[in-house]
This record gives sequence, structure tokens and C-alpha cells, in this order.
Amino acid sequence: MLVIPCPHCGPRDEGEFDHGGPVRTLPALDGAASAADWQRALHLPAADPGPMRQLWFHRSGCETWVEVTRDPSTHCISAARPAGAAGGGS
Amino acid sequence: MAYSGLSVLAHAAAGNRHWPSAFPAPDLRPSYDIVIIGGGGHGLATAHYLAANHGITNVAVIEAGWVGGGNTARNTTIVRSDYLLNASFGLKNFALGLWADLSRDLNFNLMYEPRGYVDLAHSDGELEHFTLRANAMRLRGAGAAILTGAALQERVPQLDLTGGKRFPVAGALVQEAGGVVRHDAVAWGLARKASAAGIHIVQNCPATGFVIESGRLAAVETPLGRIACGQALISVAGASGAVAAMAGIELPLQAINVQACVTEPVKPALDVVVNYNAGLSYVSQTAKGEFVLGGATDGYVSHARRGSFARIEDALARAVQILPFLSRLRLMRHWSGTADIPMDGNAIVGRTPVEGLMINAGWGYAGFKATPATGWCLAELLATGRVPVLLAPFALDRFETGAEVDDAGIGPYPWLH
Repeated sequence: MLVIPCPHCGPRDEGEFDHGGPVRTLPALDGAASAADWQRALHLPAADPGPMRQLWFHRSGCETWVEVTRDPSTHCISAARPAGAAGGGS
Repeated sequence: MAYSGLSVLAHAAAGNRHWPSAFPAPDLRPSYDIVIIGGGGHGLATAHYLAANHGITNVAVIEAGWVGGGNTARNTTIVRSDYLLNASFGLKNFALGLWADLSRDLNFNLMYEPRGYVDLAHSDGELEHFTLRANAMRLRGAGAAILTGAALQERVPQLDLTGGKRFPVAGALVQEAGGVVRHDAVAWGLARKASAAGIHIVQNCPATGFVIESGRLAAVETPLGRIACGQALISVAGASGAVAAMAGIELPLQAINVQACVTEPVKPALDVVVNYNAGLSYVSQTAKGEFVLGGATDGYVSHARRGSFARIEDALARAVQILPFLSRLRLMRHWSGTADIPMDGNAIVGRTPVEGLMINAGWGYAGFKATPATGWCLAELLATGRVPVLLAPFALDRFETGAEVDDAGIGPYPWLH
């Protein structure tokens, strides 16, 4: 069971959240990106086995998206911040 | 040694002290025609059919752990083919036909029981969709029925169909040919048969690297030495991403934890497989009497093989909704496994950009039922170099061309499949 440190509500049980998947950096919608760029952004997850950035929606709390940095091998959460804050992905 | 009623009696008379091991532990040779990485059901089925259908036995199956210690022995043993899309249905229905004869072919009792698979719908809309799926199955020659009300109650008397539930049961799709197969017997039976044909099964031997020369596979590296080979197959379930990466191949899938559990054994009380669909909970009873329960994935990426209790609670709460008598049973064991779930939720089977290297990955938590068909088709691919019709839709390059096989119509989100 994960305890997610919501930046607005404090530490809360994972059952209060909906999982939104890994943070993906998508190409701009200006037509410049190639099909291969989109294939990579949509289908190929980060190969790095280390900590990854994930989105969680705090459904039973502040009802905002939270970006959590979590190590999928240890379940250890090293950071949590409001999604879309400076340095965040899409 | 062939297993028979007579051999059981003879060994019983001798106090069961002289059973030979089911398959030997051979020394790894420095070269083989084909190396199969992963001694799970799919890899062993491929080995078996290479020998049985194509006479190819200069083959090694290398297994990082032990045979019957991976996801083949961690699933909930359900086999069925109630799929809407041609690609998914084709392979799984072919498998259902093979399961029926496999015990005899292997001289190993897999305890295949076509006891019926009951997939519950919880709204009129969902039942409409199930009807579409049942009709698609019938058009392709498989049996499927839609049962509602009294007919469903008669088929599964144990179901609590009384009103007032949060998710009432509107009806069910029933596939009578669906059922269960004893999962670890599948691994043991296939390993024994392939071994008897001369194929080497080497346990405690992980692949640690690939030797690739000008885009062509030359050898597989292992702690027991380099194995030169003409072809190799990666069939390693939850470790697919990591092993493929050693060959420089990126796979469009993510590793996600799946859990299941069993109760204490009780007398026979449920003779069908029931699947509850508001959320997800699948229930069946083993021949030993334990109830096996499974649910949805944990959702998030995990390599830890350690599950979240929330999912177990979900699966149990849902099971008790339809089978209230389960509430009086105690859980006896619970386990987790790593499922490799692709972006469209369907398997990746066939060639890779490295010539001579094949992939069988991305079965997520739906691979067990397809075991013999996948092995049959992969053996054909390895033996003839031609991609069998049933495998063609599962090619790795489908993600680039936009030809995803998305049964659920969800899109590139593994955690939703």
C-alpha cells in the first residue's frame, strides 16, 4: 500500500487517488513532430529502471493532479508536487 | 518412462521411493540451432512443438529460475476464448482446442476441465456489448450463450442475483468450453515431453547479454558461458523489457504488478469460473477445494513483486457481492507477479529488428490461456521463417504503423488494460 505525500493534504493512502500513468512529454501540436516522434512519445516508456515521475489524481482529497517521483523497484516515493508546476511534464 | 495407472500402482507398492525425475539437468552445450530464453509455459510449449511438429531438437531452453516458478505458476488457471477482435479470438480459440488434447499428447495430467466460463454484465449497455461479443464468437464457430434471469440462476445456482446491489447482474456471457487447467502441471508436462525429445532445459541460467554481428544474432551470453545459436526467442514475461533492452530493443510495454489469492480448501461448492466485471474479480474453485480469486492489476509500474492490499480488498469485496458464502472462508495464500502490459493491452509476438531474434512478450495477465497456441505458432515461425497467420496481428511494428490490437478500445495506457 502506497502512502502518497499530497502537497496539499499531507500523507494519504493510495486508495484516495486515481492513477494517471507516467508523466509523458508529448510533442507540440504544431505539425513539426514526425510519426516516429509520436510513436516514441506515446508508446515507448522510459527504459531507465530508476525512479520515475507519475501522475496521481487526489480524488478523495484536494481533487488536483499530483506528480509523484517513485522508484518502481522499491516503491519508495522521493518527491511529490502539484502536477504542471515548473519543470513538470504534460 | 510413460506415466499410467499401472506405473502409479507399481510405485505406490514400492512406497513411492523410486520415481525418476521428470526431466534431467543437462550440461549446456556451446552451440544450439535455437535458444529459448525463458522456461515458462510459452517457452516450453515452443520447445515442445519444435520437436513434435518440426523434428527440431537441437534446442536449449534457459530459465533464470526454475521450471514452474514464474508467472505460469502464478496465474488463476483460467482458459477461455471470449474475445471480440479476430486477432485475439483466433489465437486463444486455437489454444482452447489444443488444451483439450494436451494431457494425452504430453502423457501428463494437466487436469483440463471445460467447466464453463461465466462473464457477468452489470448493466443493459454492458449486456448489449457482451451479446455483440457472443455473436462474433458464434460467427467464428465457437459456442457462446447469453443467459439472464432464471436461466442464469439455473446455470450458476450459487450466484446471488437478488436486487439492491450496487452493481446488479444484468446477465452473463457463458462460454461452456472455457474452464481451468492446472497451471504448474503445464510447465512440468511440457518440460518433461520436450526433454524426452532431446531438448535441453537448463535451469538457474539467465540470459545476460546478446552477441549481435551486423544486425544478426550470433550468440546468447549466460553465466554458464556463451551459446552460439542461429535463432533465439525471448519469452520472459515480466522481465521482457529488461532482456529486450540487452539486445538494444525498446518494447512498448510496462511492468505492472498483478495479485491473486486462495482460500482454505472446502468441499466442492462452485463448478464454473465466474468473472465479475464492475471492477474486476474472477473466482473459481480448484480440484483441491481452494477458491482462487484474482482482480485487476495494481495499476502503476512496479518491479517489486509486492502488491497493494487495496487490490486484494477490491477483488474480495466484489467476489462476496455475487458469492456471499465466500465471506466465511479464510485466505490461505496470496501472491504477486510482474505482468508486462503493452500500450494496446495485447501481446507482442514475432520478429524483432535483430535478425534471428524473436520476441514473445506483453501477455500481461492474459497469457496462460494462450500457452499451447503461442508455442505452436512460434515453433512454426522458428522452423519455417514464415510468420503464421495467427501471429501476424501481434507484430512489434504494429505500434509504428498504427495497427494496434486494442480489445478494450482504451488507447496507449497499459494501466487501464
